[in-house]
Amino acid sequence: MDDRRMTFSFTVLLFGIAFLYVPMVVLIAYSFNASPLVSVWGGFSTQWYGALLHNRQILEAGALSLEIALVASTGAVILGLLAAIALVRFRTFPGRLMLTGMINAPLVMPEIITGITQLLLFVSMVQLFGWPHRGFTTIVISHVVFCAAYATVTIQSRLVSTDRSLEEAARDLGSGPVRAFTDVTLPIILPALASSWLLSFTLSLDDVVISSFVSGPSASTLPMVIYSKVKLGVTPEINALATIIIVVIGTCVLLAGWSMKRSERQRELEVQMADR
Amino acid sequence: MTAANPASRPARLRNLDRFGRWLIILPPLAFLTVFFLVPFAFAFKISFAQTAVRIPPFTDLLTSHPGGQLSLALNLGNYAYLFTDNVYAISYLYSIKTAFFSTLVCLFLGYPMAYAIARASKATQNILLLIIILPFWTSFLLRVYALEGIIRDGGLINNVLLWLGIIHHPIQIMRTSFSVYLGIVYSYLPFMILPLFATLEKLDHTLLEASADLGSPPWKSFIDITLPLSMPGIIAGSMLVFIPAIGEFVIPSLLGGPDNLMIGRVLWDEFFNNHDWPVASAVAIAVLVLLAGPIALYQYYNVRELEQ
Repeated sequence: MDDRRMTFSFTVLLFGIAFLYVPMVVLIAYSFNASPLVSVWGGFSTQWYGALLHNRQILEAGALSLEIALVASTGAVILGLLAAIALVRFRTFPGRLMLTGMINAPLVMPEIITGITQLLLFVSMVQLFGWPHRGFTTIVISHVVFCAAYATVTIQSRLVSTDRSLEEAARDLGSGPVRAFTDVTLPIILPALASSWLLSFTLSLDDVVISSFVSGPSASTLPMVIYSKVKLGVTPEINALATIIIVVIGTCVLLAGWSMKRSERQRELEVQMADR
Repeated sequence: MTAANPASRPARLRNLDRFGRWLIILPPLAFLTVFFLVPFAFAFKISFAQTAVRIPPFTDLLTSHPGGQLSLALNLGNYAYLFTDNVYAISYLYSIKTAFFSTLVCLFLGYPMAYAIARASKATQNILLLIIILPFWTSFLLRVYALEGIIRDGGLINNVLLWLGIIHHPIQIMRTSFSVYLGIVYSYLPFMILPLFATLEKLDHTLLEASADLGSPPWKSFIDITLPLSMPGIIAGSMLVFIPAIGEFVIPSLLGGPDNLMIGRVLWDEFFNNHDWPVASAVAIAVLVLLAGPIALYQYYNVRELEQ
């Protein structure tokens, strides 16, 4: 009886995984298609990858996007760490409910709403203070907002499960609060910081809707260029670009996951040794 | 950060602690207030303005007159316009319908998947979770594009069906309601699975055994025990799909046809093609009103989950 239910669940699971992966595998395969006609297989070729290297628009947009993602994810992790400490360690403070709301809402808020409201803020701010001009700065600010939300949640769930008594021991031995945190707790939550940075980086690198609203006419990020090309139809160059992005990010995530698992196991081992 | 025994610490140090706390709380609180919360106030304000040929393209609500007087001009016309032009009501309802049924499909597909992962061995579980999460990490936009690649007229699905002889002419999948549903389910499925998995994993299996011992058939145990206990996951997962799907723009824009007008697309066109910022703001506020309930529900379950 239970077996039958498990068989059903596993069949759906396999179907679901195939559903998630088949389109990406097909896309990767077609990036090596010699024929520019996307529905015909014209033999193996890497020409679209070569063409990519000569596409100035894509290269410039790619450089801009990487720059934005670097700054935004770093800012998001710093804010996320502070917010996570505040929410986990300080039980009550004025504005706590507001902070939880502003952490959770961006996770679900349709991007189009966040995008237009933030643009209206930036435009009004320029009228009042003459800053910030639309482009790099405004895109970074917008990305920090939604990335910080993801970062906070990631760090928060890790911080909740850390043992406070170690930090308290450090404080009893004379460490200041900051020192005790950086010496004891920070190394433990480091994997969460790393994964939230990586997640923020990929989310920033992927955003098209919010960037379209808040960027000025001068700045086009990579997803904005991809979107406008895709809107016109399937292009083999984009297949090549998509393959590079998917493979690079996929590899990074797998490597990060693997190294985190390993350091985790290492730490558990050390704890066991220390307990003896 | 509180010390082990704050009462024994001198008052100067306690003040320092309090100051330190605010050094931690203030940056995220202030940043998110200014750049996430305050923008909604500006959208609300501008939804009462009128379009104007200037930069930015709308009128001021407050005008100061030479005598030092201020006059306030509120224009309710943008909201009235949302009711007079059918396109808004139609796209509003179509968005709700699309988001609702996509969420339902995600739930029916995601529940057995999460269930299977939750019952797998620990090692398999980690691998399966990674497989589910990986697409979410890679790229939303590129995944929608990848899906377009296989549902096009000359795409994989049509080619396979033709080759199998099931159909004799390519069937139209792109630019239909079906392709929009497919796109939303494809993009948001991982968001449904993860919270479901989190609750199903915690499920106490002795309860199911006890119920079986007492003669309850498996389907009844499922309805009486598993389903109610996984309710928090069902609600969190459904909200994670439903709320963003309501305002989805990229999917209907790339996969949908001209008939598949979702409210996000209408807002986008109003803003980028018609340059009518006040009406676009009014649409945004209208969507927000619709989403306030679901967002509050999500918030409630999410906070409870994290504080447990």
